[in-house]
Amino acid sequence: MIPQTNRSVLGAGRQAPEFTLQCTPDQTVSLSKFRGRPVVLAFYPADVSPVCGDQMALYNEMLNEFQEFEAELVGLSVDGAWCHAAFAKQNKLHFPLLADFEPKGAVSRSYGVYHEKEGTCERALFVIDRDGVIRWSYVSPIGVNPGANGILSALEDLQTKSETTDAAK
Amino acid sequence: MTKSLTLPDTERDHVSGSVKGAIKLLEYGDYECPFCADAQPIVKEIQRRLGDDLLFAFRHFPLINIHPHSEHAAEAAEAAGAQENFWGMHDLLFENQSALEDQDLVAYAGELSLDETRLIREVTSSVYALPIREDFKSGVRGGVNGTPTFFINGERYDGPRDVGHFLEALSKQTVEK
Repeated sequence: MIPQTNRSVLGAGRQAPEFTLQCTPDQTVSLSKFRGRPVVLAFYPADVSPVCGDQMALYNEMLNEFQEFEAELVGLSVDGAWCHAAFAKQNKLHFPLLADFEPKGAVSRSYGVYHEKEGTCERALFVIDRDGVIRWSYVSPIGVNPGANGILSALEDLQTKSETTDAAK
Repeated sequence: MTKSLTLPDTERDHVSGSVKGAIKLLEYGDYECPFCADAQPIVKEIQRRLGDDLLFAFRHFPLINIHPHSEHAAEAAEAAGAQENFWGMHDLLFENQSALEDQDLVAYAGELSLDETRLIREVTSSVYALPIREDFKSGVRGGVNGTPTFFINGERYDGPRDVGHFLEALSKQTVEK
């Protein structure tokens, strides 16, 4: 069953809404900072890790693969920066986790992936191109790890398209 | 055989059982993953019960950030494989999951009467890092999200990991054949 909130999920072709969020207790990151490189935005419901290789742990192992596409990976949930810091330390995560914490869920709402009833964001993926345009988005059932295959395929498509565009110039 | 990411590839994978077996079980695992160690005796029991009807293959899916010993353990298994004893090392690694320091790996090589010097040299120079990474990448592209992940005749098995449920899923495959 698709939750009602999914109707508003931003799809391919839409400009990715700008944001500035805390990535550590004393630092912030803006989406526009990554302009010129593809960005993978991974919204996830909460900082928990019940199995070997939850979604964020899996992506953490794939940073080299994302790097091959010059893509930046960013995780995002409504947890606070201190909570993220503890989660990142425990799982030795080497990519930023952003805190959509105050006002709670504002960025998740702007991407159409806030789950009102649960008070968390959906498990949602966005691949954003070099110009800040969403090229692929996907919402997974909240309990299901969507893996990374979709992200890699989207990044491959981006690369193919930009090569075609460059060749046409 | 059509080449599929989620079917054993007898030309490159470590396989056990009969290549003619109608049932193909593929595991993506990590030697430092406790859930993989838990699955190990279950796999053994399935192999025992199905005998020549089963072809079992193992691919590496080390989560090296949360399991710092998993990469060298996988490399040690590959190094043992180069000396024709992948499965001997594979079993020892899972049986001794809490002892996977480099000196432990060397001790297991000794226990299996392998050329220890060669194994140390190959592990320290990461000779098998590339095929291990290929395993990992094939898993990601095939839908592996964590460890262990099993595929039965190319289909991901998401059911409970106990002998009864496994055999039920596997026997369904034999009937369909």
